[in-house]
Amino acid sequence: MTSVERREVHLTIPVAPEMEIAATAQVAALGEWMEMSRDKIDEVKMAVVEACINAFEHSATPDRKVELSFRVEAEEGGRGAYLEVDVADSGHGFDPTRLKTPEIAAALRSSRKRGWGIKIIESLMDDVRIESSEHGTRIVMRKYR
Amino acid sequence: MSETLKVIVDRPDATVAVLRTDGYINNTGGEEIAKEAYALLGSGVNRLLLDLEKTKIVNSIGISILIEILEKLLDQGGKLAFCRLTPTIEKTFQIMGLAQYARIFAAPEPALAWLRGESE
Repeated sequence: MTSVERREVHLTIPVAPEMEIAATAQVAALGEWMEMSRDKIDEVKMAVVEACINAFEHSATPDRKVELSFRVEAEEGGRGAYLEVDVADSGHGFDPTRLKTPEIAAALRSSRKRGWGIKIIESLMDDVRIESSEHGTRIVMRKYR
Repeated sequence: MSETLKVIVDRPDATVAVLRTDGYINNTGGEEIAKEAYALLGSGVNRLLLDLEKTKIVNSIGISILIEILEKLLDQGGKLAFCRLTPTIEKTFQIMGLAQYARIFAAPEPALAWLRGESE
């Protein structure tokens, strides 16, 4: 496939154990359809898992749901086809500028070993945007084919 | 849907142990690994190989439990190695810096040789 036909899928998952795995099935289906490499599909799956468990654990979303949108599109004259995933909750939000970057040396010396999700997402995806307010958080992640 | 992790423990000799995982390393999967690892540590085995050939996905909560295991091993003068990681899991371990404190190998044999001190 040289060009790409636009496709969009929406999925709502409950805040419940292992529901993030249900979201990765959409990544696999769309990634294979757009002929993304297996390794890149796995990287998007990992990022989606991290975004979902962040929402599950930290958002305190009152409706106990996380909304996902998966889009296959292409930049005209740009970097070509991409898979973009939005992961949104209606929880209390957070200030992304106040996130501390975790360090393994510090984690090994302290009782706090968590907090890696955003670092992993930003490292595995090509573009990441975080929109957060007291009405919720939306993480928009893009991976080019 | 269930992605319950299975852990098989193998003791090729008295000095090292291999933990073979099958499934998703999340919080419950990480705790399963920790339970086996701490039992081995309690019996004096402080060189562990985690063979992730049958694990295709992990999350950061599961990896944070692996960091706890690594911390306890290092405190006891032990070593931790991983083998047969998917490219994405290996990349994630590199992103987190785990590879600075634990070694990653393509196959079990060189990992076991490193754990036994037979290779650098």
